[in-house]
Amino acid sequence: MTTPAAVPAPDRTATEPMVLARGLVKRFGDFTAVAGIDVEVAPGESFGFLGPNGAGKSSTMRMIGAVSPVTEGTLRVLGRDPAADGPEIRARLGVVPQEDALDQELSVEENLLIYGRYFDLPRKALRERIGELLDFVQLTDRRKAKVESLSGGMKRRLVIARSLINDPEMVLLDEPTTGLDPQARHVLWDRLYRLKQRGVTLILTTHYMDEAEQLCDRLVVMDGGRIVAEGSPRQLIETHTSREVVELRFPVGEQEAALERLDGLGERIEVLPDRVLVSTDDGDSTLAEVIGRGLTPAGTVTRRSTLEDVFLHLTGRRLVD
Amino acid sequence: MARSVTLRVVEGHARHYRHTWRGTTFSAIVTPVLFLSAMGLGLGSMVDSGRSAALGGIDYLSWLAPGLLAAAAMQNGAGDGSFPVIAGIKWLKTYDAALNTPVRPADLALGNLVWATARAAVAALVYVLVATAFGAMSFGRGLLATVPAVATAAGFCAAISAVTAQMRTEQGLAAIQRFLVVPLFLFAGTFFPVSQLPDAVAGFAWFVPLWHGVELSRALALGRAPTGPWAVHVAVVVGFLVVGAALSVASFHRRLHR
Repeated sequence: MTTPAAVPAPDRTATEPMVLARGLVKRFGDFTAVAGIDVEVAPGESFGFLGPNGAGKSSTMRMIGAVSPVTEGTLRVLGRDPAADGPEIRARLGVVPQEDALDQELSVEENLLIYGRYFDLPRKALRERIGELLDFVQLTDRRKAKVESLSGGMKRRLVIARSLINDPEMVLLDEPTTGLDPQARHVLWDRLYRLKQRGVTLILTTHYMDEAEQLCDRLVVMDGGRIVAEGSPRQLIETHTSREVVELRFPVGEQEAALERLDGLGERIEVLPDRVLVSTDDGDSTLAEVIGRGLTPAGTVTRRSTLEDVFLHLTGRRLVD
Repeated sequence: MARSVTLRVVEGHARHYRHTWRGTTFSAIVTPVLFLSAMGLGLGSMVDSGRSAALGGIDYLSWLAPGLLAAAAMQNGAGDGSFPVIAGIKWLKTYDAALNTPVRPADLALGNLVWATARAAVAALVYVLVATAFGAMSFGRGLLATVPAVATAAGFCAAISAVTAQMRTEQGLAAIQRFLVVPLFLFAGTFFPVSQLPDAVAGFAWFVPLWHGVELSRALALGRAPTGPWAVHVAVVVGFLVVGAALSVASFHRRLHR
């Protein structure tokens, strides 16, 4: 990307996107994983790829991470071409892969040391940095422990520390909290939020809508290798669903019959195998009408719409099955 | 800059090795002791009493020792071209982590090769010390003989890592051991001269890099000319290493940056 010399340098770095993708395609043989997407991520932004397994999120992340060649389209990461400047780009990125890829036989410290040396960081500076990072991810007392003795949440935090060893400008997180218990997820979210406050650009993939709502300023919803919606979590909910959702659960075998009598209720009705979702701007009055029509659901929940509902509306499928 | 990253990969191997060196060092000493006693002394006592002309008037222990040096080095190299590679790609996935840094697939391929070569050199040195204690070779000539042996080890590490890097499962590793490494170890002129093989098979030796390595090690250890011209033996050993390294780099790239 060449910018005219007349543009002052500081201004340029401030506005140049961290990631710029146009018509990005990734194919493996006959299989198209990413089918032409446009993405732009601004400095300091926290950007998410939301979608079910197989939507093309990880393939996109690997291309941005400069470890997977682009099949078609253009991609600039930190203003550079990953095909030509892979090592230079990776030197400025932090990556939290889906699988931890830690050396189980080595200690926490040794894992970070080896990784840090790949960036050519001097040993002495590295030891100091490791101290700070272990502090940040609350693993200081585990410095000498073997990785195999750590819990899943601790390993994840160690991988976060590892991704920060080179003080990256942008961190890529591929499903950072999949498989963690709720408490461990909240600890991790808190650390990521602090990173974001320090001005680090975050790009993450997730199939948890609560995670996307917690962490992302802006996100794209992917399905089948394409982007089906884009915006802030709030915007997406406002654009693609109503304000509230009433969930109705009927006794086994009675849902079918109940459906006819729900006709015309709310803005939209989604039928799931185990319950019926009614989108509406006023949950309480919708629920009152359900009762008014003589229906007696076994259970009801009235809640605010979430990204899960957005996904359901856009694709007719749920995110996590 | 790029080359220094390769060295960082070697450094990572060394750091990992701190945890496993005891076991491998032990076997590096014990294995030659076992082979030299059983084959060199035990079997050798029968060979020598038969006064085999095929050995060129040399006692069996002295004839065997340099061949075994090269063959054992080949085994080490082949091992380091398979298990650490499948572990990095599949078992531990440590390569996945490394690739998210400035490290390139080529650095992983060459880093593994450099590290394996260093290990093969140490093992060869230990072997020469043991063989010298057995009176099987002189230390000085033995040191010279390690050069082609280590080059052979490197060639096999490179070539086999090129194959391993394409494997989807570890099944193939056992096949490499069974159908390549073991037959070469037994038949490539280590325990008996290939001239003892049927003529049709003996000519095949010229296409076997290990045989050339064995010939060079033996010639250097015994201070006599090898079977073929020096230049041919050297060219095959060096050529095998260079081609193997190039294939390994290409194979790693294909597998890891997809």
